[in-house]
Amino acid sequence: MEKFVKLEGLVAPLDRNNVDTDAIIPKQFLKSIKRSGFGPNAFDEWRYLDVGQPGQDCSPRPKNPDFVLNQPRYQGAQVLLTRQNFGCGSSREHAPWALLDFGFKAIIAESFADIFFNNCFKNGILPIVLPAAEVDALFAQVEATPGYTLTVDLPAQAVMRPDGKAMPFQVDAFRKECLLNGWDDIGLTLRHADKIRAFEERRRVEQPWLFAQ
Amino acid sequence: MAQTLYDKLWQNHVVHQEDDGTALIYIDRHLVHEVTSPQAFEGLKLAGRKPWRISSIVATADHNTPTDHWDKAEGTAAIDDPISRQQVETLDANIRAVGALAYFPFKDARQGIVHVVGPENGATLPGMTVVCGDSHTSTHGAFACMAHGIGTSEVEHVLATQCLVQKKSKSMLIRVDGELGRGVTAKDVALAIIGRIGTAGGTGYAIEFAGSAIRGLSMEGRMTLCNMAIEAGARMGFVAVDDTTIDYLRGRPFSPTGEIWDKAVAYWRTLTSDEGAQFDRVVELSAADIAPQVTWGTSPEMVVPVTATVPDPAKETDPVKREGMERALQYMGLVPNTPISEIAIDKVFIGSCTNSRIEDLRAAAAVLKGRRVAASVKLALAVPGSGLVKRQAEEEGLDRIFVAAGFEWREPGCSMCLAMNADRLEPGERCASTSNRNFEGRQGPGGRTHLVSPQMAAAAAIAGHFADVREAL
Repeated sequence: MEKFVKLEGLVAPLDRNNVDTDAIIPKQFLKSIKRSGFGPNAFDEWRYLDVGQPGQDCSPRPKNPDFVLNQPRYQGAQVLLTRQNFGCGSSREHAPWALLDFGFKAIIAESFADIFFNNCFKNGILPIVLPAAEVDALFAQVEATPGYTLTVDLPAQAVMRPDGKAMPFQVDAFRKECLLNGWDDIGLTLRHADKIRAFEERRRVEQPWLFAQ
Repeated sequence: MAQTLYDKLWQNHVVHQEDDGTALIYIDRHLVHEVTSPQAFEGLKLAGRKPWRISSIVATADHNTPTDHWDKAEGTAAIDDPISRQQVETLDANIRAVGALAYFPFKDARQGIVHVVGPENGATLPGMTVVCGDSHTSTHGAFACMAHGIGTSEVEHVLATQCLVQKKSKSMLIRVDGELGRGVTAKDVALAIIGRIGTAGGTGYAIEFAGSAIRGLSMEGRMTLCNMAIEAGARMGFVAVDDTTIDYLRGRPFSPTGEIWDKAVAYWRTLTSDEGAQFDRVVELSAADIAPQVTWGTSPEMVVPVTATVPDPAKETDPVKREGMERALQYMGLVPNTPISEIAIDKVFIGSCTNSRIEDLRAAAAVLKGRRVAASVKLALAVPGSGLVKRQAEEEGLDRIFVAAGFEWREPGCSMCLAMNADRLEPGERCASTSNRNFEGRQGPGGRTHLVSPQMAAAAAIAGHFADVREAL
């Protein structure tokens, strides 16, 4: 996983509540057995006017001019700004894979769905929860200012606006550490292999019905 | 101190805990299906790691598998879509290489939707941690399990370490007391709860469902309810152990027997919240107030009783919500203030991990018996949740009732719940569906989904529009 430390990036607004993972990456693309290549199909049903198929070259497909991420001013965006309950629904990790492949490295929202939130950290994406009033203010600034960028500073746990205002955010110490170092958490867990083995052996004795062969 | 069921389940699985509360949680059961596992198996192989405990794995193919014409070719050759076939064959190859406690491949007599297959084989037992790369893993909470969906990175993490890195959630008690009215089911309870607390109401919480109406539900009903916990934003929902739980488990293939059964039952009986246990949030509903529910929009929280009308965005004061309602109504092709019972449907889907168990099929068949699907309905599908459910339904003659009414009686799988196989809606088509998500495009690009109970889906099939099943019973 790539490290996440500090990012200054163009912001794209997606002004909706409850953006679900089916919308982020529709089901037909889940048939892939790879982790990469989902970017061209991120938000497929909103982004294109036709129905997308897996493996298709997306460049000649008709784009929906009304979809915000298709606007020229948001091309190259690395920060996605959205509302409540982003990433709800299916646990598909294809959703953060698609967002990352599209170019997003940080997502700012009023709230996230639990599984999606967790999946982001496994892929080097930083999901940031800010209060509704601050999200509101960001939407107003983004829409009023072409080329609007934000600086996301993970060590300082703050998002900096161009006008100098710093908005602090919370992140778990363990998740922060993993992002800052780009750690693979399987390796971290396996440092406790002896403890896992001991726990398992005790369990096998105390609750043998859990160990049907 | 009095403990909640969640406290007990959590405590029983902590292998190691950091100062900030981050814990290593041991995983007892790992359910695997073809869509969210290939990258995990590949990651494991690339890192040169071996699976930690093969006997924790129960696998089946369900999302991509076709529900008709299984006999047209040998094995996976009956899957027309080459990339669907490749995904199913990749699971076959991975399980062949790695092993499992049980594998129910495509066409196996016990193949089916992973959340139907686990419990019916006794592979889901009380007090377990159950995970799967599928958000509806919350279903298994019906057995007082800590059960939740995970992403593919965590699938790989569980394969490699038998653990997950987690922080304890907050606890919520949802109490439903009283008796459910005739024609009102666990599905209606689930939708009414989501209507009350919203699709983000349970975010950050583990929900315990309790109260006399919940105690009165069968295991099938409890599975339907816990299945929908994720639609309320909660990764997991559970119900305490009682006689209903234990009676269901007795004699299942992977249930313990003899002395070990007795020992297990004694432990399982402790899996309840103690008297006086404290929850971070309590929500109470009266069973008698719950009517059959129908969703009208593109989020499960957009739900009303069948007797109501389509809501009017003009009455919503929050501008973001109002815009969301307007967008949903436009997508759904609905006009505010239309009575729900006047909304005509094109297709009917009875199936999914929410509502494809024997009790669901019996309930729908009871409504359909001696009646015919309306001529205006283009397709009505009945898709049993597993090969075992299908066989039992056929032994009871339910298949003949479905077919006589004009339904197609299919092979088991996820089918039109998410339309990864050929079963789907065409753009603009409207469906009465017993599944769990009415998101845009969920049942096919441009498709319009209304979530209902199996009885309500059957009543809509007969009428050609939504109808109050209480009048048909």
